[in-house]
Amino acid sequence: MDFNSSDTLAGPRREDVLPATAASAVKVVIVGGFGVGKTTMVGSVSEIRPLTTEETMTQAGIGIDDDYGSATKTATTVAMDFGRISITEQLVLYLFGTPGQERFWFLWNGLFEGALGAVVLVDTRRLEVSFDVIGRLEERGVPFVVAVNSFPGAPRYPVAELRAALDLPEEIPILHCDARRRASSRDVLLSLMRFLHSLSTAPS
Amino acid sequence: MTGARRERRAPTGSAANPERLYVLTGGTEAAERAALDLVTLIVARGEAPPTAPPEQAALLRMCATPLSVAELSAYLNLPFSVVTVLLTELLAARLVEARAPVVRSALPDRTLLEAVMHGLQQL
Repeated sequence: MDFNSSDTLAGPRREDVLPATAASAVKVVIVGGFGVGKTTMVGSVSEIRPLTTEETMTQAGIGIDDDYGSATKTATTVAMDFGRISITEQLVLYLFGTPGQERFWFLWNGLFEGALGAVVLVDTRRLEVSFDVIGRLEERGVPFVVAVNSFPGAPRYPVAELRAALDLPEEIPILHCDARRRASSRDVLLSLMRFLHSLSTAPS
Repeated sequence: MTGARRERRAPTGSAANPERLYVLTGGTEAAERAALDLVTLIVARGEAPPTAPPEQAALLRMCATPLSVAELSAYLNLPFSVVTVLLTELLAARLVEARAPVVRSALPDRTLLEAVMHGLQQL
């Protein structure tokens, strides 16, 4: 049977199949403003070709809409790109990043609540596009590290200056990276894991 | 940099969220759906009965080996919530098994983090 000629997606390619022993998964969310390289980072470390999942949500009109007696409802499709890294035969890490509007990510139930942590990807030419998402992570108590994606021609600033502009406490790691490079993106994830590890060992 | 400066925010919990969004589930109430995460791993435990709708049959074929709900959603080209509805029925019929994800708790599991670090270093 030639499964690939089917009209519907046949499922994972042979090389994308997980071992039957895969018992549990963890996830990390990559956030940041539009065009900072989130999808690039997912693609550079993923062992599978990045996939897209989506959710359809309706937003009920609130506030001023109520004055008119008929609340408006708008359907919004939130798309999420993701990749995968097999850690062991039993454990799988999923990375989620999205090209969409960040305010919707936080309404996707469980996306951040269950995540081990987040990577905030920033572009020094447009630092302010990351302000809102950092604030939302802080409000929710989601641990994160900041990775400065080194775009060609983008000015490099000392970490201390970035920390001051982003108003981040000393303990939150800030590092430079090149999201196109697998090793560099991997180092960002390692930095997040070390940070999470330090939180678990720090005296409370 | 542009000179703009951010101001730190304090943790408030999710209750501070003023926006109200509702997931479209095709009539199935949230309470009736199984608690499935994007990264819950699904494994088939049986064959699709001849009466199974095509989406469920396709889903069962795909998860002959473990696949996350997110991957099933991507391959089936169906929204996450629609896949969870299909899976709820398959779980009730014991045709699939769900392997729950490890989620962040107040204190991260150090053994788990060490395993992830070790795995990443092998990349």
